[in-house]
Amino acid sequence: MRKNLNVIAAYSIMMGLIILVGIFQSWNIALSIFNLCLISAVMTMGANIQWGYAGLINFGIMGFTALGGLAAVLISVDPVQEAWSAGGSNILFSLFLIIAMVLAVRYILKNYKKSKNRTYIVAAIIILGIVIIRFISEPGIEAIENVEPAKTGFLGGLGLPIIFSWVVGAFFAGGLAFVIGKVALGLRADYLAIATLLISEIVIAIIKHEDWLTRGVKNVIGLKRPAPYEVNLQQTDWFINLVEKFNSSKLNLISDLTERQTALNQLVIEGSSVFVKLCYSGLFLVVVIILLILTQKALYSPWGRMMRAIRDNEEAANAMGKNVVKQHLLIFILGSAIVGIAGAMLVTQDGLFTPGSYRPLRYTFLIWVMVIVGGSGNNFGAILGGFVVWFLWIEAAPIGLYLVNLTTAGLDDTHFLKVHLIESVPYFRFLMMGVGLLVIMRYRPKGILPEKIEIK
Amino acid sequence: MVNMDFVNAIILLLNYIFVPALAYGSQLALGAIFVTLIYGILRFANFATGDMMSFGTMFVILFTWYFQTVGISLGVFPTALLAIPFAIIFMVGYMLIIDKFVFKYYRTKKSPPVQLAMVSIGVMFVTQAVVRIIIGPSDRRFFDGEKFLIKAGEFKEMTGLNEGLAIKSTQVITIIVTLILVSTLFWFLNKTKTGKSMRAYSDNEDLALLSGIDPKKIVMTTWIIAGILATIGGALYGLDKSFKPFTYFNNMLPIFAAAIVGGIGNPFGAFLGGYVIAFSEILLTYAYRKFFMYVLPESMEPDGLIQLLSTDYKFAVSFSILVIVLLYRPSGIFKGKVL
Repeated sequence: MRKNLNVIAAYSIMMGLIILVGIFQSWNIALSIFNLCLISAVMTMGANIQWGYAGLINFGIMGFTALGGLAAVLISVDPVQEAWSAGGSNILFSLFLIIAMVLAVRYILKNYKKSKNRTYIVAAIIILGIVIIRFISEPGIEAIENVEPAKTGFLGGLGLPIIFSWVVGAFFAGGLAFVIGKVALGLRADYLAIATLLISEIVIAIIKHEDWLTRGVKNVIGLKRPAPYEVNLQQTDWFINLVEKFNSSKLNLISDLTERQTALNQLVIEGSSVFVKLCYSGLFLVVVIILLILTQKALYSPWGRMMRAIRDNEEAANAMGKNVVKQHLLIFILGSAIVGIAGAMLVTQDGLFTPGSYRPLRYTFLIWVMVIVGGSGNNFGAILGGFVVWFLWIEAAPIGLYLVNLTTAGLDDTHFLKVHLIESVPYFRFLMMGVGLLVIMRYRPKGILPEKIEIK
Repeated sequence: MVNMDFVNAIILLLNYIFVPALAYGSQLALGAIFVTLIYGILRFANFATGDMMSFGTMFVILFTWYFQTVGISLGVFPTALLAIPFAIIFMVGYMLIIDKFVFKYYRTKKSPPVQLAMVSIGVMFVTQAVVRIIIGPSDRRFFDGEKFLIKAGEFKEMTGLNEGLAIKSTQVITIIVTLILVSTLFWFLNKTKTGKSMRAYSDNEDLALLSGIDPKKIVMTTWIIAGILATIGGALYGLDKSFKPFTYFNNMLPIFAAAIVGGIGNPFGAFLGGYVIAFSEILLTYAYRKFFMYVLPESMEPDGLIQLLSTDYKFAVSFSILVIVLLYRPSGIFKGKVL
């Protein structure tokens, strides 16, 4: 108990801050911060597995998040029958051709010795394959995108409950991680960082551009929800009764019947959105707890010990007969898959998929700040980092505004410097993150909750 | 007539591919040399590259505005050229301050390069915040002076061809300034004592220290050169296109690709790498329809755009080149550090 005191203290302070937001701002804001904190926590756990357990830098978190989001669309949206009949066969045939191409290249690489001719043949297959695939897919894509472009213009998905996408998103992200890992994991650490950064940009470019898949920048809105809708809740009896019960003391003060009714209606409307957010919180909390248990178990298992050995001294681990390349690939896939889950969760919560909103600063570098600040190698630290950094990211604007008003209190309200500073309040969050990261890296390089290895 | 078509086709390629790629390549080359110098001498991948460039450009813009309000101008040349030296002073100052308060600690502690790369992300956030707080995130054009050296219409009249060749003065300025800057840099690195000791330090730190080279001086010179490169590279890009902090941040990716393709740690490789990336990005995303309309007889004219890749995929081009180079020549086209 004693040795975990700092963990408990840190989490209690964090929860206290969120509760304070609930009391002083509103429970709606507090809960939406809390939900995004939970999603961030899942992302940081993914990044922490790669960086903290194995020392791999993955700057492609944005790409894996977007793939998770893609999974949410492809699973939950109802299939667009017209689009399928218009161009589905072309797309499926192209998909088949891509698989055939990959298999052919694999076959050649496996069965022939390395030579110039082999390189030329592989290059020829790839170039020819791309030309043929473009030739076949183009009419299909055009036909699909012409099916009611304002509303659909894409193939749609499978029409399943969106919750399945959390698993599928993990598989998507894991699949991409497998491909990247095969190509790039042999590189030195900072090269891997650059390579993953570029790959994630490509993933976003594809999702933005291929309208037949996800409508591209036209966004997909109105995704299905795992939680009830506010409008429906507001008309259900048990919910209205619940709200009445909760607020009975407040409502009893109002004697006038019609006034009482309007007050109750107001409370029901507020309550319904809080209730929906609570549903999400519950779902996310389950994911976070399951992942936390699994990652903690893994950390203290023989496998976790091996990973730490590889991280701390690759050559020694290799000499002990551990397959470093294979383990790196495995951990890269696992971590990315977790990030994929988070991506699907994020789209589930928002109810919409906007490829244009994926920016490396928000989805890659911010997550890294969370991992470093929280404590790399320590799962509790990583989760705490997700909470602290997201909380600051959101509350940076009010804090910045307060500081600006404080420092420029002597100036006139129309003074150009004051006006300019107040306009640029949103950017104080970058400053805060940067300075925070630098300070933590300098004075507490292992994060708020440092890695602790207990030998049991 | 067929002959004329051929000339038209060549002018078309010059106008839409060769000249823009040369200008864009020069801008990337300056950034890539910046990355490669930091990597070779200070030994880390600087993720703040793009934002440092935007920081320098911001000062160029601020000084340009100042000169414009005072009424100083260079006539046909953009005022920004006059502002660059002043901006460089501020930029170098900023870089030396950052080095003193941030990077120096990790250098003297001999932290692994990965940790320095992480620290550079902190610097990236801070620089980005400062740029956005001072000048804002929006798109800014600060070009003034004569816009075109040759206008498309004038060229058509002059030669009687169907295709016009427009050469923007910014493109010419970019190429000339880059050539002057890069040749001075290579002269400095190869002929002067400080330059030679920088190369020695990059090659083998211990040996260089042993032969009495002062590491403090090397580091300071590196930051000063880096500041000059970042400011001029950023200003040229901004003059040619426009200044927007987010675009500069994204430019980091092709710049990194150029540095790695050229062999990281090798300035000459980085210089050529910039052009390799620029030319392949533009060659692969250009729609060749009109070109084929000129070259091929009428019966064989193409229907589609004949575009290999849509322009959205320009990152994909730099990345594919990067992967191919890393798979077949891990040290880059020109031998850099073996990784």
